[in-house]
This record gives sequence, structure tokens and C-alpha cells, in this order.
Amino acid sequence: MVRRVFNALVGMLLVAGPLWAQQPPNAGQSGFVPLDSMPAREQIPAAPLLLSSYAFFLVLMLFYLWTIWRRIGKVERDMQDLERRQETVKR
Amino acid sequence: MRKWFLALAVVDAAMFAYAPFAINAAPYESTMLLVQKIFYFHFATWMAVTAGLTVCGLASAWYLFKGSPIADRIGVASAELVVIFTLFGLVSGSLWARKAWGIWWDWEPRLTMAFMLELIFLGYIIVRQFGGPGSEKLAAAMGIFGAATGPFIYKSVDWWRTIHPKTSVMRTLADTSGGAIMWNVVMFCVAAFLLLFGLLLAARMRLEESRGELDRLYLAAED
Repeated sequence: MVRRVFNALVGMLLVAGPLWAQQPPNAGQSGFVPLDSMPAREQIPAAPLLLSSYAFFLVLMLFYLWTIWRRIGKVERDMQDLERRQETVKR
Repeated sequence: MRKWFLALAVVDAAMFAYAPFAINAAPYESTMLLVQKIFYFHFATWMAVTAGLTVCGLASAWYLFKGSPIADRIGVASAELVVIFTLFGLVSGSLWARKAWGIWWDWEPRLTMAFMLELIFLGYIIVRQFGGPGSEKLAAAMGIFGAATGPFIYKSVDWWRTIHPKTSVMRTLADTSGGAIMWNVVMFCVAAFLLLFGLLLAARMRLEESRGELDRLYLAAED
């Protein structure tokens, strides 16, 4: 008798254990989730970042080309000044 | 020479005009979607940086051991281009990271070493600008050691645990679904960037030649 009761209790514990440990099911979504309640990473729009990247490249290259053009112009002006000065000295 | 330069400049301009359409037509990456399209110019600019490092390293070694003025001009021109393309690589990477990682910047090995590379080549330019006589050799040594950082930056993502994608991303790209189209677009952008690098190098070298000519004229006038 005692043995039967013991087996029944052990059996109940074995069945009840996993049931007790099981997580309750997630509640179903009852409505739309506003964007501002999403994680920060999900809220960042991609398009402005993408456009900024390509726009930065365009601006950087135009600026660099302008600096090369300006520096070449300065050296050529200095050459012309030097030639003019040499001609003045010769006279 | 001038005709070739203009013809190649027109070709490169056409390639850059077409690139946004090719990038737009490329498939979306499944996890990052739109922001992943930064990758096409981001990867291409780092290929231009690699070209710049190789050219600068070789030219610097050539100048240091042979004293060739042409090598010095190539070294200066390529060092300046390394600064320009690395700057774009850092900025485009940061914009991409903002969406992909949720942060603008992280002091992980790849990003930190790339930032150090920018500082080394800024140092090169500052030495050339303000170093006075003899700064050419010092800058050439900086060019060699700056170029030597390239392989470390490339392998850093494989050697250390970082949040940056590994080098295997590119090796496996063509094998993935839709990856062949992405691969073709990447290679198109790399070609456009390498051609741009070559053109800017030629333009920048012309500036150095003009400066050399001006110095010779000043010396002749003093004599």
C-alpha cells in the first residue's frame, strides 16, 4: 500500500514538474505597435543614411578636385610672376 | 597624354553616373535591406585605399633607396589620396553602422586600425608640408610603415572577435542567392573607384611636377 502511494506521488511529481516549468504562452498581439516603442535600432530610417553616404562622396570628390585645380592655378600664376620679374630685370 | 586623361575622365564620370542605377537594381540583403547598399561604394573606396597604400609603399621605398624625384612625386600624390579615400571609408562605414549596429562608432580592431591609418597618412602630409628640407625621406619612411599596416587592417576581422563582418563575406558573396548580381555591381564600383584613383593620382602628380618646375625656375633666377 505504502509502495503504491509512493509510486503515485513520484509519478505525479514527474508529470507536474515539466508542466510547472513550462512558460505560459505569449499573449497575442492585440493591436499595432507604434514605431517609437520599437527598439532604437529599428527606428533609424535607412534612406537618409544611404543618401548622406553618397552625397558625402560627391561633395568630398568635388572639394578635392577644386583644391587640386586651385593649387595648380596658384603654381602657374607664380611661374608667370617669376617670368615677368625676370623680363623686367633683363630690361 | 592630355587626350587620354580627358577620355578616361569622361568614361569614369559615365561609370559614376550609371553606378546608382546599378546599385538600385541590385538585390536587397535579407537582414540589413536598404542601408546595405552603402556597401557598394564603401567596399570600393577601401579597394582604392589598398591601391593607394601599395603605390605609396612602393614609391616610398623606391625614393628612399634610389632617391628618384618621380618616386617622391608618386609617394606624395598617393599618400594624399589614401587620406581622401580613407576619410570616405570611415564616414560611409559610420553611417552604415548607425543602422546596422545601432551606433555611429565602436573602438573595435578594424575601425580603430583604419582610424590610425588615417592619422598616419595625415602625419605624412603634415611632415611634407611643415618638415622643411629633408622631410621627403622622413615622409617616405612613414609611407612604407603606413603601407605595412594595410594587411593588418585587412586581416584584423579574422584575427580578433569584432562586430565588423569577416573577410569571408566577399569570398562567399558570388555563391549566395542573388549574390552574383551583387558581386557584378561591386566589381563595377571597384573599377570606377580604381579608375578615379588613377586619374586623381595623375592630376596630383601634375601639380607636384609644376611645383618642381617652379622651384627650378626660382633657383635659376637666383643664380
